[in-house]
Amino acid sequence: MNGRDTLRKMRPVFVFALIGVIFMFTAPYVLQLFTIINLTTAIALAVLALSLALVWGFGGILCFGQVAFFGLGAYAYTIAAINFGGSTWAILVAIMVASAFAALLGYFVFFGRVSDVYLGVITLTVTLIFFSLIRRTSGPEYTIGKALMGGFNGITSPPLNLPWDAGSFLFPEHVFYVAMAALILCYVFCGWLVTTHFGRVCVGIRENELRAELLGYDSRLYKLGIFTISAGIAAIGGVLFCNGVGRITPDVFNLYNAALTIIWVIVGGRGTLIGPIVATFGLFYLTSALGGQSLFNNNLVLGIILIFFVLLVPKGLAPTVTDWFTRRRKPRRAAGRRRRAARRTGATEA
Amino acid sequence: MSSKRHRRDVIVETRSLSMHFGGVRAVDQVDFTLFDKELRCLIGPNGAGKSTFFKCLTGQLHPTAGNVLIQRQDTTGAEPHEIAGLGVGIKTQVPNVFDGLSVDENIWLSARRWHKPKRARALTAETIERLRLGDIRRETVGRLAHGQRQWVELGMVVAADPWLVLLDEPAAGMTHEETARTAELIREINTEAALIVVEHDMQFIRMISSQVTLFHEGRILMEDTMEAISNDKRAREVYLGHRA
Ligand SMILES: Nc1ncnc2c1ncn2[C@@H]1O[C@H](COP(=O)(O)OP(=O)(O)O)[C@@H](O)[C@H]1O
Ligand SMILES: [Mg+2]
Repeated sequence: MNGRDTLRKMRPVFVFALIGVIFMFTAPYVLQLFTIINLTTAIALAVLALSLALVWGFGGILCFGQVAFFGLGAYAYTIAAINFGGSTWAILVAIMVASAFAALLGYFVFFGRVSDVYLGVITLTVTLIFFSLIRRTSGPEYTIGKALMGGFNGITSPPLNLPWDAGSFLFPEHVFYVAMAALILCYVFCGWLVTTHFGRVCVGIRENELRAELLGYDSRLYKLGIFTISAGIAAIGGVLFCNGVGRITPDVFNLYNAALTIIWVIVGGRGTLIGPIVATFGLFYLTSALGGQSLFNNNLVLGIILIFFVLLVPKGLAPTVTDWFTRRRKPRRAAGRRRRAARRTGATEA
Repeated sequence: MSSKRHRRDVIVETRSLSMHFGGVRAVDQVDFTLFDKELRCLIGPNGAGKSTFFKCLTGQLHPTAGNVLIQRQDTTGAEPHEIAGLGVGIKTQVPNVFDGLSVDENIWLSARRWHKPKRARALTAETIERLRLGDIRRETVGRLAHGQRQWVELGMVVAADPWLVLLDEPAAGMTHEETARTAELIREINTEAALIVVEHDMQFIRMISSQVTLFHEGRILMEDTMEAISNDKRAREVYLGHRA
């Protein structure tokens, strides 16, 4: 595929990215600071959803514990930032720690040819192990460098600072800009990745692993690759999350969050990147709105939404909307093709 | 690669190859040789062990005992992608295609494995033309008829430009016309590459008129031309008797 093809395929990605940029620069002027701070958290979760959309929707790997890499990133960032006395390198450490952990876990899972079902079980188990291990670190003896682990109370996360000045912390509205920019960059990166040879092979492996192998692709390497990359993206989400909330606690690793990530992708649609992002924002606002009342139970509503989508919109939001549009456009395009064909035959006759 | 190979060079060899499933000896001590540029058919009744033998060659199964050599290189226990990496094109009995992707994408993924982007695009276009898939190139493969999906898989084999081609029942489920075209394609591939074709359909084997290896109960019963085999009493008993 040449450069122009890549650009053509990425056109929708750029359109959504542009919408994101416009939103990024207008939101702080029209929304209240409280909403902006809340939005930062939603953006962080959207990055997490994006990472699962990549590894599950395109890599075909149902990672039930994507939130483990998210939480690991948040913890690594917090601990590193406390020790370094600055955030810039801590972000890098967060991405590296989560990716390295994913690479190690992925190596045993993929090269051990563990079946897909067990992969979900293993990643979820790892997440819950983190949950119970970190919860137990409440004594003063549990420190990593200068950082006190804090058990179930977690750790206060140092806010982001300017890269060239560790003393000047970003204000919440600036953190919002950083978060939004990170989401847009991660989205464009993923959108680009799936148009590359690597990305297309991953999709091929998702469709038929044996066929990919028979063509000469070592599926284990590709799976390991996309798994590791998606863990790095989840870690970026984790960094943003602990910045939005101001602290990180072991609750990030609980079963509820693990399941929630899956729900975002199911609702948004597997095989798309924008769907899960939009679904995350939608469900985030729905649950915060529901949090303000006591008529309906939050989990009950989420459960009903999940069942609704699984049964009635099994492809998820984005693919369903796309299908709807292409079905409406198809007759027109077919007519165009007929016209062009007629013109061609006319030309040969002339 | 091809400059080093000569006709009459052995390119595939198995030595006492066995594959047992519990008590079932699906393949039992098979010694087999294939020469370069040869076209060989494997026939035999259902359950004779043809597909199992085939899977041992392609790395889908790791044999219980014995060895597989491809171009004098021991490939026993190699993974399918390693076998493909030697320049071997493989089509399985149950069609293995990328169902959710377009015909174009299916072929491209094969061509791109071994070629630079530009050459891969050219090969994809060439293959689509050669297999007459032009009209359906943008269709999702999963929506195509069975015969067409078989052709997409053949296209993937051809697009990689292999020097050895292994096909398990390539004409299964095809219409008469499609079968004839497949036979034609196989002869065409054979001008450049050696082939092993597992096939059930006598008519089809007569069309490609090759040397035939007859499998029976996991062993090679005889190896000869189709004509000689159809005239052999023993062969007729195990296979042709209840078909002709
Ligand atoms: N995975 C397997 N497990 C157990 N038995 C098998 C397996 N694959 C094939 N067999 C048995 O091995 C024998 C040969 O099968 P196969 O190679 O598919 O025959 P053919 O392709 O000649 O019809 C059959 O008896 C079949 O039941
Ligand atoms: Mg068979």
